Order: sequence, then C-alpha cells, then structure tokens
Amino acid sequence: MTATEQQAAGTLSGPLRAALIEKLTALADDEIILAHRDGEWTGHAPILEEDIALANIAQDELGHAGLYLELRRALDGSDADQLAFFRDAADYRSARFVELPKGDWAFTMVRQFLFDTYEALWLDAARTSTYAPLAEVAEKAFREEKFHLQHTALWVERLALGTGESRRRTQAALDELWPYAAQLFQPVPGEAELVAARIVPDLDKLRGSWESFVLPHLTGKCGLTLPDAPADAGAGRDTHTEHLAPLLAEMQSVARAVPNAEVW
Amino acid sequence: MTTLPVTPEQVWTALAAVPDPEIPVVSVTDMGMVRDVTVDGGRVSVTFTPTFSGCPALHVIRDSIGEAVRALGVQDVEVRSTLTPPWTTDWIQPDARERLRQYGIAPPAPAGDSALITLDIEPTRCPRCDSFNVRMTGSFGPTLCKRLYVCDACREPFEGFKSV
Repeated sequence: MTATEQQAAGTLSGPLRAALIEKLTALADDEIILAHRDGEWTGHAPILEEDIALANIAQDELGHAGLYLELRRALDGSDADQLAFFRDAADYRSARFVELPKGDWAFTMVRQFLFDTYEALWLDAARTSTYAPLAEVAEKAFREEKFHLQHTALWVERLALGTGESRRRTQAALDELWPYAAQLFQPVPGEAELVAARIVPDLDKLRGSWESFVLPHLTGKCGLTLPDAPADAGAGRDTHTEHLAPLLAEMQSVARAVPNAEVW
Repeated sequence: MTTLPVTPEQVWTALAAVPDPEIPVVSVTDMGMVRDVTVDGGRVSVTFTPTFSGCPALHVIRDSIGEAVRALGVQDVEVRSTLTPPWTTDWIQPDARERLRQYGIAPPAPAGDSALITLDIEPTRCPRCDSFNVRMTGSFGPTLCKRLYVCDACREPFEGFKSV
C-alpha cells in the first residue's frame, strides 16, 4: 500500500467508501473470472502463438485485478488472495458476461474484444478520477490494455472475413454475447454518488463511446449483423450464471486444499 | 553493532548490478525501474516501479533489491513500489538498448505520450541485420514486455520490446 493510497482512503465519507469497495470488487472480479476463462485455453489454443498471447492477456487482467484489490485493501484492510480464493460464488460480483464458458475460438475472441474495448475506455476515463490512487492505477493499466485491444480487434476481423465457417461462428458468438455485454454498463449500488464525486466514470456516457467504437468495427469493417436480442440489464452483479460455481471450484481448489501454504 | 553509513551513490551502484530476472543482460536501473533512493542515517529506502502490473517477476525484483542493499551492510532496508509516474520503455538507458539488441531483442521504439487508443503498430528493426522488413508473428511473447517477429531480410525470428 502506498502513502497516497492510505492518505486518500482516509478522505472518503462512509457511503462513498462502501460504494467504492463495491465498485473495486466488481472491477477485480470481472478480471479474475475472465482471466480464468482465457487461461482455460493454455495448452489448447489453435496455434502456439495464440496460446502464448491469451496466457499473456490473462496475466495482464490478473495484474489489473491485483491493482484494484490493493486499492480495496487501503479501504478495508482486506487481502487479495483471501478474496480471490476463499470467497464463494454468492459473494463474487462478476458480470454474467465473463462467466459464460469459453466456447469456441470465435466466442473467446469476440468476448475479449467487447471487454477490452470497455476496459480500455473505462481506464482512459478513470485517469482523471478525483480519487488519486484510482487515477494512478488507471494510468498504468490503460497502457497495457491497448495491446489487448489491438490483438482482439484484428482477430475478430480475421474470423469475420475469413471462411464461411469462421464467419458463421463469429456471428453466432456476437448473437449470444451482445445481450450479456449490456451488464458491463450496469452501475453497482452507490455508483451514482461515486460518479457525482467524479471518482469513477459515468457508465451511460461510457456506453456511448463504447458503441461508437465497437459498432463500426463489428458491423462496418467486419460486416457482422447486430442481433435484436434484448439487453440483459435485469439482475445485478449478485446474480450469477450456473457456470460461476464450477469455475470457482476449480480455480480455488489448490488454495483451499492447502490454505496456509507459504511456498508453492 | 554499528555499521558505517552508506551513500545514495553506493546504493545506486549496488542496484546497477541487480539483473532483470527475465532479461539478465540488463539491470533494474538500466530498465529505469528504480525511481528513488533515500538514505536516512542507517535506514535505506528504495522506491521502484513495476514494468507490467501482472509481471510475475515483481516479487523476485523486490527481494533482489532488498538483498543488494543489505549486502552493503545496511540492516534497515525498505523497498517500496509506486505506480506514478507509470513506467515507460522510454526510460530504458541507451547502453542497455544496445545490450538488448546484441542479446537478440529489438529495443522498443519511442513510446511518446499519445493517449489515444490506436490500432497502429510501431516500427521495429531486426536486431541482427537492422532491416525494417520485419513481420510481427505474435503480438505477445514469452514475457509480458515482448512480442514475436520474423525478419524477411535475414529470415531470423526474434523478440521485440513492446513500446509502453
């Protein structure tokens, strides 16, 4: 924990502090769960370079989760490993969008592209946060995220304009993922106050910038069609898919088997 | 037991011998990771900044910095990390760039301070034959800080530093 973090944490009122803890947890949980889904390709990706690329992307996302959880630690003294490995599904705050099984390569690339764009734009906007420790984290992570976006934007294009089969799979992935992506723009409890204090970016505005980036790419450059499926904005982040619990059972198994391990 | 006080210069010299665990031809000071050294009586405080936030070598780097300072006879060592200002490949020293090149890793192009999300890829030169006639074969490499290329002039595959 840095001096800036400790100092800044002391300046937040009770309700803002609680809302920020909730928001940081949601941000970290999306990264942890998506990183695990990406990690499931290690040893299974279509070509060696992509195996390496996706493992790198997963590692970056875990790094970002670590940064967010450090910020949370300054607010409530919680421990990142405890939160990642000893919390049950009901206490996770991940979006259903990142919980869905990894699917085929097109599904993984379309999801990662939609997420990377959202994350890069969120971080870009969060660089001006009035909460200095968050602005520092955003500045750091933003520089890493642009490499993901370059990579996944190219993959979506390559698959959409590739063979008939790759196009069919890419369109099917978009059809399934599009409604779920709406949940990324759903605020956590207390987020309106955080936005008013200019601690986090406004998700409504962010959604506008996200659409003006992803739509020309998907429907223009890649020639894909947007589904008219309704957006999944219903339940909040305390409602999960049936896929989260089995994912956590696998991800947490080693840590829970040897809870006091100091050397791995 | 009393120990002789060390100077900040001695600490910097000691840190210049701490290798980057993933690229041993350069040190943590060559990489621009050490941001500050303060000596207050018998207490030494070193501030470093991570290259990539998910870098698995961070713990090793932190421990190696502490050990290098303790090897000077200092008992009270504090190693702190900071994210501000964020690390950039522009801080890699010119002689270290040359050592990277000789090691077969293309040094990073200037990162600049462009804030825009861009899909353009920076120009890279083959570390063996200096040709710009190179192709990126993987936008990610064996470590978070590198990408994979092949040179179409000399046909050699090589790794290149990302410009961050």
